[in-house]
Amino acid sequence: MPSSPSLDGEDARSPGALTANRGMPPTQEALARLAASMVPPPPPAWKRALSRISRLWLLAVFVIAWQLISMYGQRVNPQLDVMMPPPTAVISAAADLIARGVLLTHILDSLKRVLLAVGAAAVLGVPLGLAMGWSKRFRAAVDPLLEFIRPIPPLAWIPLSILWFGIGDVQIVYIIFLAAFFPVVLNSLAGARDVDTYLVRAGLSLGARPRELFLTVVLPAALPHIFTGIRIGLGIGWMALVAGELVAAPSGLGYMINNARTLFRSDYILLGMVLIGALGLVLDYLMRQAARFAMPWHRQ
Amino acid sequence: MIQVDVANVSKVHVSMKGEPLLALLDVDFRVEENEFFSIVGPSGCGKTTLLNLLAGFEQPTRGELKVGGKVITEPGWERAVVFQEYALFPWYTVAQNVRYGLQRKRVPEPEQRRLVDHYIGLVGLRGFESRYPRELSGGMRQRVSIARALAVNPSILLMDEPFASLDVQTREYMQDELLKIWQREPKTVIFITHSIDEAIKLSDRIAILAPRPGRVEEIKTVDFPRPRDPTDPAVVHLAAEVKLWLRRKVFENRRSEEPAAGRQEAAH
Repeated sequence: MPSSPSLDGEDARSPGALTANRGMPPTQEALARLAASMVPPPPPAWKRALSRISRLWLLAVFVIAWQLISMYGQRVNPQLDVMMPPPTAVISAAADLIARGVLLTHILDSLKRVLLAVGAAAVLGVPLGLAMGWSKRFRAAVDPLLEFIRPIPPLAWIPLSILWFGIGDVQIVYIIFLAAFFPVVLNSLAGARDVDTYLVRAGLSLGARPRELFLTVVLPAALPHIFTGIRIGLGIGWMALVAGELVAAPSGLGYMINNARTLFRSDYILLGMVLIGALGLVLDYLMRQAARFAMPWHRQ
Repeated sequence: MIQVDVANVSKVHVSMKGEPLLALLDVDFRVEENEFFSIVGPSGCGKTTLLNLLAGFEQPTRGELKVGGKVITEPGWERAVVFQEYALFPWYTVAQNVRYGLQRKRVPEPEQRRLVDHYIGLVGLRGFESRYPRELSGGMRQRVSIARALAVNPSILLMDEPFASLDVQTREYMQDELLKIWQREPKTVIFITHSIDEAIKLSDRIAILAPRPGRVEEIKTVDFPRPRDPTDPAVVHLAAEVKLWLRRKVFENRRSEEPAAGRQEAAH
């Protein structure tokens, strides 16, 4: 029967110095070795990679089913060719558009717009939200105006914004900005308002002046909320971008989809949709990594 | 030398319904320099309100609180606070937390490093300087909090039930450590607790607060030599006396409240 190493050193197979100092408290190193000996060794790299890939099995089933339905469904319904092209058609559409050098332009134009708009929403919205959370009087003054504008959907602004800015980058950036601005403001506000009273008091009793209190207590306490606000803003902004580009734009993924519709190129439409989903996922992942990097104390 | 002077202090809190509530009534006592002064009483007797007034987080409705003859108007490092739930900054490491007050005081950089090192050593946390508070146990967090308060060299240390959320063994260990630190670096300590045993173990004097409205019922002098043995007959006797008295107070309070509660029920 294999026995596990024990602290009192009865077992000859126990690792290292544990047997040496019988009756003495074990050293930290010995304890660390003991702990390591109790943990099963990590599986080899190829097994870990396999298990990570195998978690995506449902996605794989979905793609394969889509391929089969598109291929064999055409025998039943010939229109399926246009209605729902298979994944392989989407991939060849991507290769086609990359070769013509237009796909990257569309992607970069869309990314540029969303990053500009969400960046502006963060630059303006975070200070505004923090100030509103910090000062009750300021909040009381700004809140009615904000709450009046907030329920207007960003898309309802499109006609007016076209009149103001014409069709182009500025108009779309403005729409995305409107969509991202409010989640950023409201989350920053909540973060600054709900700072633990005891942390504020601890700061004050250790001699922090208002400016220091804001920078060393309120801002770091609000940081998780600020990141949440920007992440939500980025998500909503990404949706607003596509909607804005569908209606009126000279380029971008939304424009690409709408243009493909007029040409009956459903493979391009699906490619655009897949790219929009994938890029949204990548942006959110990057935001989460940034949050982890900025708040090492906040890790789960 | 009298250092803290609480003169006829009353405090009215306004409840959420807008009813004024007398939290403290004519509280009046003085604390000497370097004295270990405890405030005990059942919950709801205004202990924490009193500490908030001493810290400068709140202002009294009537009366005055003075330190060295100066009226307390705002919080400041000369009255450093140790909170029950530690109130460490989660985004700062142990060393950064201890350093916080020194930076606010504009202590020169090399001196900051020396003091941080000294006080982390004093509370026995060498080797944990770069840990975040969430990586520490409750007892260790409270030691960081004590080091942070001591580092700014306050003339008064205000402690609000600092060991209440620790387990018994850790609590007793922390009490011993606090006494050692206090004897090595004398300071005025105002220590709030609901534990009579703890107060008797630590204090020079104990103010006993009665609830509703919070008021000082009695101030006991504890002049047994330290370290105090909790099984010493004199200590046992004093503890029993205070406990009996408090139990009677809580009981009287219940009785005076119950008929009123009964009437309210009937009115519904």
